[in-house]
Formats: sequence, structure tokens, C-alpha cells
Amino acid sequence: MGNFTLITSREYLNKITNKTFILSTLLTPLFIAGIFLLIGWLTSVNNESVKNISVVDNTGYIYEKLNSSGTIKYELLGDFSIDEAREISNAKSDYALLYINDFESPKAIADSIKFISEDATLTVINNIESQLENILTNENFKINNIDINQINKRKVYVDLSQETFEGEKTTKADGLIKLIFGFILGMMLYMFIFIYGSMIMMSVIEEKTNRIIEIVISSVKPFQSMTGKIVGVSLAGLTQFVMWGILISVFSSLFSYFFGITTTYENTELILNASEDSEISSAALGMISAFMNLPLLNIMIAFVFYFLGGYLLYSSIFAAIGAAVDNQTDAQQFLMPITIILIVALYVGMLTVPEDPNGIVAQIFSFIPLTSPVVMMMRIPHGVPLFEQILSLLILFVSVILVIWIAAKIYRIGILMYGKKPSYKELIKWLKY
Amino acid sequence: MNNLLVANSISKQFGNFTALNNVSINIPEGSIFGLLGPNGAGKTTLIRIINQITAPDTGTVLFNNESLNSNHIKDIGYLPEERGLYPKMKIGEQAIYLAQLKGMDRQSARSELKKWFDKFEISDWWNKKVTELSKGMAQKVQFIVTVLHKPKLLIFDEPFSGFDPINANLIKDEILQLNKDGATVIFSTHRMESVEELCEYITLINKSNKILDGKLDDIKRNFKTNTFEIAVNSLESQVLKKELESKYQTMTPTFRTIGDNLRMNIKLKSNQSSDELINLLNKNSKLIHFKEVVPTANEIFINSVEND
Repeated sequence: MGNFTLITSREYLNKITNKTFILSTLLTPLFIAGIFLLIGWLTSVNNESVKNISVVDNTGYIYEKLNSSGTIKYELLGDFSIDEAREISNAKSDYALLYINDFESPKAIADSIKFISEDATLTVINNIESQLENILTNENFKINNIDINQINKRKVYVDLSQETFEGEKTTKADGLIKLIFGFILGMMLYMFIFIYGSMIMMSVIEEKTNRIIEIVISSVKPFQSMTGKIVGVSLAGLTQFVMWGILISVFSSLFSYFFGITTTYENTELILNASEDSEISSAALGMISAFMNLPLLNIMIAFVFYFLGGYLLYSSIFAAIGAAVDNQTDAQQFLMPITIILIVALYVGMLTVPEDPNGIVAQIFSFIPLTSPVVMMMRIPHGVPLFEQILSLLILFVSVILVIWIAAKIYRIGILMYGKKPSYKELIKWLKY
Repeated sequence: MNNLLVANSISKQFGNFTALNNVSINIPEGSIFGLLGPNGAGKTTLIRIINQITAPDTGTVLFNNESLNSNHIKDIGYLPEERGLYPKMKIGEQAIYLAQLKGMDRQSARSELKKWFDKFEISDWWNKKVTELSKGMAQKVQFIVTVLHKPKLLIFDEPFSGFDPINANLIKDEILQLNKDGATVIFSTHRMESVEELCEYITLINKSNKILDGKLDDIKRNFKTNTFEIAVNSLESQVLKKELESKYQTMTPTFRTIGDNLRMNIKLKSNQSSDELINLLNKNSKLIHFKEVVPTANEIFINSVEND
């Protein structure tokens, strides 16, 4: 145990004092926060630019009912012909020109309205269209002596109250949240395995090519040296992950403080605004309640176990690959199948889970130990029966023990083998030594 | 004499390849023991078995009369032939780390290291990285790390490779001093002059089998051919030459002297004595050179391997 601690702490300290490691720990959050900043800045620039829309209103009642909301500003141009108005509006470099002719029926007016613009966005057009629709419909009701208030009073709104067969309440936002959340979890696992798995491999190759390994394993068992390495690098990885989490929020708030740009939209803010802009806030509220509806406890526990299992499984494979080869180039041949399997897991998760989280394909892949961590993490937010999770974890951890045993054998032989790159056949032969 | 290490009938297979076949060695306590053999003979495998890096398929190893186990790791210091250090770690730190792996605590590792660093006059390397050192400098550090924990058994695999003659001598003297202080030394090398100089016992392994072992002096006695180098300054050298050629088996000389006019190697038969030869040579001539040819370790090595 003493030697294991020694190896682990050396590996850990060596990693976290490494210049590249420190740089990537500091620069990655800076980069991500910078991107947040850029996005925030771009959206705010976008929002602040006022879109001037000149209006020629021959009806006399439409313009006054148009709401200049936030970035869209309507301006009455006066009595001009369409060609004159076009020139004037163009000269003012307006965002758009709205030309409304006067007719008897609102329907005829609607058909004759001209909207002239270079590159109006869909949201602007939708906004104008819905406003005009409201105004003209109301006018039409008035002409035909229909009381709008009476209609509004009697109108019936439907918002389906959804729930699962188990009786849990769900909303429309639930599906999306589950998908996004599951995807983030699967992606995190995938990234962690790749970044720190290959770091373990590099560390093994380093000890091997520097020929320090024979001195080390004359003092400790190869198994200790391998597991010490895996744990040491993993701890360094966790440190980096935590640092990233802290630094991203620190940098983000520093940026927003100095540049006065919000890089994140606070949920509370949206709730407070609920009365003003009911559409957005109800969506936000829906998101939050959808998030709360997730089987969070199950997700957390499963994440810990799948993370541990998946990571141990792959990192022992990475350690064995590092021991079997002399340099990084030779490692590619063995890394290829690993990469393919992980990418397959990711794609299976992305393609089958949204369609049918409990479908047969997703189910099969969540029992295969090499793919189950990623696929299961994508499925669990949608709800997976407990016995399925337990069975899958059982398979995973039995495989972990098996793979560590195999990896230790390859490691033990491989670290003392120099020269040519071994074939798969030779690796199998090593298991029998 | 007590044997510090006894290996009994060690065999080791790697797949179809036999690395060691029924090899036994006894290493007397306090001796310097040469483990010799051509490349690929199985020396490194045997050393790795002693270091518990690999386990033998059959056979037992006794260390200090106990079956070899993990407690003995701290009693053994091993300098492998292919050796290195962590390139990015400071010299002092990694020396402490490697000493800790051998069971030393941090404090005593540090103070012992300081002593050795002072002795080798390399104290200012403590905070340097290996990449800043030459190969020979790194070798010095590796040597210190090998002997730091005062092991009972020291195993050196080609310890002098990479050293200039001055530093090789320094290391040789340190090894001799450690031996004098009680350490048993296993010495694996191809440099026969250092075997000649240092080793009391040798074992020769060829193609996975032990072909020779024992005290170097005894082995030399067994290998000598009763051949003598002679050189005389004779008034009638041609007569003497004829006489010698008729009586003995003569050969072309393998040595050089000055002031002689007859020089040759003479091999005595078992019924011929060297006294008779000396008398004959002294009769009408001045004896300049008379020396028994003793086989060198190098000759024994080559002969044994070639005849195996």
C-alpha cells in the first residue's frame, strides 16, 4: 500500500506540475469563457441595433396600433406614393418599408400590404405579420358587429397535462431536457476517457522509453505500478475538471463584470419577468420543472458508477497499449478499435435514444461493457428500469476486473519488451507467460 | 562459507523460447560474482528472477537461506543495463522517490543522498533535470540510487558503460569499497578485463544453460594448457632451437621481449616438468623471459562458448 501511494502521488504531482497541464487547465476555461463572452457580445450588439421600419398608412388606423417593441421601431412616413416612399425609406437606410393601401374590407387591405426590405429576418416578419393579423381581424370583427371581448371570454385554451404511466408529471420540455442532459453526460464520459486515458498511455510509454521502468518494477509489482499510474492520472484529471468548472464561472463573471455583458441568462430573472413576456418565461419555467422532473438521484448514482466502471475499463486498456508499444505512432494501431467502439457508443446513443430510449438497439448496447457507460448515461434521464441498470453495471464491473487482469499481464510483459511492435497474436501469447 | 543467494534449477520459458534451462548458482556472501555469457544467453532473465520482476517456471531462489519474497526487495540494489530516469523530474526529487520505493523514509533518503552527492561532488545537480545532464552524469545518479539503501546484494548490469575512464574508475572503486563493507556483488558484463580485475567467482551461461562456474582461479587452473613463453639470448641459438623442437611441442611466440635471439611458446606434455625446461634453457644461454601462459577470462569465455 505504501508503494501504491508513492506511485500515485508521484504521478499526480508530476502531472499537475507539468507546464502543459497547467496551461491547459488555465487556458481552456479562458477560451470557453471567451467564447461565452463573444456570443454574449454578439447577441447584445444584435439586440441593441434598432430596426427602423417606415410605415405609409393610408387606412389611418393601423399605424397607431403597431407596437414598437424593443428593437423594432415603426415610424410614420406621411402621404406618399409607393415609389416615393421607397426612395425616401432607402435614403434613410431603413430596415424596411411597410406600405399599406386603403380598401373597404380588411381582407383586401391585407392582400395589398407591401413589405420592402433587403434582408428581413423571419422573427421580424413573424412579428409584423402577427400584429397586422390582430389589427385587421379586430377591425373585421368590428365591421361585422362582433364583440371581441365576448369572443375572448368564450375562447377555450388547451394545454395537455402529460404524465407517464407511473403517474409522474411531464411536460413538453421534458423530452428535450432529457435528451440534452443525457447527451451532456455521455459526452463528458467520452471526453474524460479519451483525454485522461491517453494521458495514462503516454505516461506508461514515457517510463518505458526512458528505461526507468526496470528500476521501478525491481521495487514494486508491475500491477502496483500500473494501478498507481491509473489512479494518479485520474486524480489529476478530476482536479483539472474541477478547476475547469471553477475557472469557467470565475472567468465568466469577471468578463461580465468588466465588460458589462451577461454571459448567462439567469433563470430567476426570467421567472420575475413572467408577467411581462409570458411566452419566454413559461418556456423557462417548463425547462426548470422538466429538469426537476428528471430522476436526478438515479442519474447521480448511475453516473458515479458508470463513470468509475467505464473509466477503469478504458484506462486499463490504455495502460496495456502503452506498455505494448515503444512510441505513440505504434499505439495508433491499437487505439483505432477503441476509438471506433467509443464513437459507435456515442452514435448509438445519439441516434437511437431520442427515437426510442428503451428500444432493442439501445438496450443491447447498454449491456455491452465497452459501450454501456456512454449509452446508459444517455438513456437514464428517460428512465431505465432498475434491474436493467443493475444487470448492466454487474456486467460492466465483472468486465472491469477481467480487463484489469488482462491489462496487468500485458503490462507486465510489455514494459520490458523493446523493439518491434507486437501483433495481436503476440499479445494473446503474452497472456500465457 | 554462507551463500547469500542460492538459485536451484531455475527454468524459464517464454512461449516456445527457453530463456533459462535448469540453471543453478550459488553466490557466497561477501563475494564479487561475475555473471557472464554472450548476448541473449539468459543473464538478464536470471537477474530479473532474482529481482522478482519475473517468476521462474520451476526452481527456487533462496536469499539468506529464506525463500525469496517481497521483503527482500529492500535488500537488493539493481542497476539494469538499460537504465534511465524521469526526464522532467528534478534529480534530487526522483532520487528520493526511487529510494522511498525501496523502503527508505524521506528524511534518511535525503540525508544519505546528500552524502553521496557530496562524495561525487554533484551537489549542485539536486534541482536540475535529467535533460540538463550528460549521459555519464545521469549514470552517476543511477549508481547512487542503486546503492543508496545499503542493500546486502548489489546487482550491476554493465555498470561501466557510458562512463569515461576516470569515472569508470571512480565507480569501480566505490563498488570495491561497498564490497569491502560487506555487500555481495553480482556483476554482469562483457568487459572481461573488469571481470579479471574484480570477480572472485564466475558463472558462464550460454544458450540458456550454465556451462561453467566456480572460483575464477580454479577455472583458470583447469583451463591452462601447460604452455610457457620462453626467450633466451643464446650463443648457439640454432642448436638450442633444434633441441627444443625435438623434445617439446613448440609454437610461434605470442609475446614480445627485447635482447633475445630465440623466442617461442612451448607446450609441456604431462610427463615433462618445467624445471627440466629451465635447466635446459640455462645451460648455454641467458634466460630473458620465462612465463607460464595462464588463460585470461576473455580466452576462457571465448573457448567455452565456442566449444559449447
